[in-house]
Amino acid sequence: MFDIASLDLAPFMLSFKLAGITTLILFVLSLPLAWYLSQTHSKAKPILEAVTALPIVLPPSVLGFYILVVLSPNSAVGGFFEDLLGVKLVFSFTGLVVASCFYSLPFMVQPLQSGFESLNKHMLEASYLAGKSKLQTVFKVALPNIKPSLITALIITFAHTVGEFGVVLMVGGSIPGETKVASVAIYEMVEVMEYGTAHIYSAIMVLMSFLVLLAVYVFNHQQKKIGILR
Amino acid sequence: MIDIEIQKALHGSQGDMRLDVKLQIEKGEFVVLLGQSGSGKTTLLRVLAGLERAAGNITVENVIWLQNQKMLPPQQREIGFVFQDYALFDNMSVEENLLYVNEDRALTKRLLKLTELTQLSSRNVKGLSGGQKQRVSLCRAMMKKPKLLLMDEPLSALDQAMRIKLKDEILKLHKTFGTTTIMVSHDSAVSYQLADRILVLDHGKVIADGSPDEIFTKASTVTYSLNI
Repeated sequence: MFDIASLDLAPFMLSFKLAGITTLILFVLSLPLAWYLSQTHSKAKPILEAVTALPIVLPPSVLGFYILVVLSPNSAVGGFFEDLLGVKLVFSFTGLVVASCFYSLPFMVQPLQSGFESLNKHMLEASYLAGKSKLQTVFKVALPNIKPSLITALIITFAHTVGEFGVVLMVGGSIPGETKVASVAIYEMVEVMEYGTAHIYSAIMVLMSFLVLLAVYVFNHQQKKIGILR
Repeated sequence: MIDIEIQKALHGSQGDMRLDVKLQIEKGEFVVLLGQSGSGKTTLLRVLAGLERAAGNITVENVIWLQNQKMLPPQQREIGFVFQDYALFDNMSVEENLLYVNEDRALTKRLLKLTELTQLSSRNVKGLSGGQKQRVSLCRAMMKKPKLLLMDEPLSALDQAMRIKLKDEILKLHKTFGTTTIMVSHDSAVSYQLADRILVLDHGKVIADGSPDEIFTKASTVTYSLNI
């Protein structure tokens, strides 16, 4: 009989830590990009949109391979971080964060961009005419008026990062407490035929993913209801 | 005194044309822009607000807003703008919409009282009727005590009763604050009642300029252009 008390929850803790940090970093980085994409009429827009969406269609192994190449100590980027800053980017938690930011980028950018695009253009212009800068307009008018898109972006990015496997395995390997996240732990349990633990780990992931998605749908449903009742 | 001399290529509902306007507006004047859809009225208003680029010059009380391609950003122009679709900040209450522009609580109270909105001050703007929204929009536009008040068909989305009420409030605010006002309209009757001066635009050009009496008794080209 499986002893539930002996269950190692460290991989889940690591997955949540990775997802939390990635979501935070991606929010900061994606906000200006999503805003720019929503406002620009530049000919470069489709190119930027395609590059941003690449992680959705690329096999994780392809993305993982290129990230590994770029972050390795033999490359200019990896060498710079390791030699000058003393930060190892492959097979480390820091490397996982960098890789996750690439992998989950479209899940943050796309909902934000579509939220910004759905805003009434005159509302933003009214803010400029009130003397407010673009930064003030984004934080005081645009973001509060795209709450469903904002919540979707944050939650889906978090959930997607928790669920990543291929890229994490390639860039981070499976170092307990450092890079062995929940999805990698499940893979290893199956490899060594510890199906009981694999079942429990998987069930936790299924339950968590369902609750996250349920939270998004309930929130968006409530926002629509509030909009109708107001 | 406002000096306007602007040119801009337009690709509108009336095909390709050129907005080419040269005029002077006196301080405190109430000007109504009349003309058919696509004649360039809204574009002229948006160029004055700095929301669209154009070639030419705009000088407002000796301050240069546009000189050739160099333009003062909308944030630095002392303008109040009333949009046809209200463009209120949906995440804010009536009072917050006004205070966002200028944290002058006394002015907020005064404007809400003038437009009979005091009781709605803490209500979220999403729950207001069209007429109430447009009155909030009008109050918000006055919060900067603007040199120039621009209104893009502020009455067009309202029913007849609300149109009359808001028309009176527009006039009340215009007189109280002595603001120079330019309003785009399709409504000849409202224009006649509000305007000191009417400009008729057709294919981007001013084809008639005068007092309401002069405009509505002028030759058939004007009445034909206005479709009246």
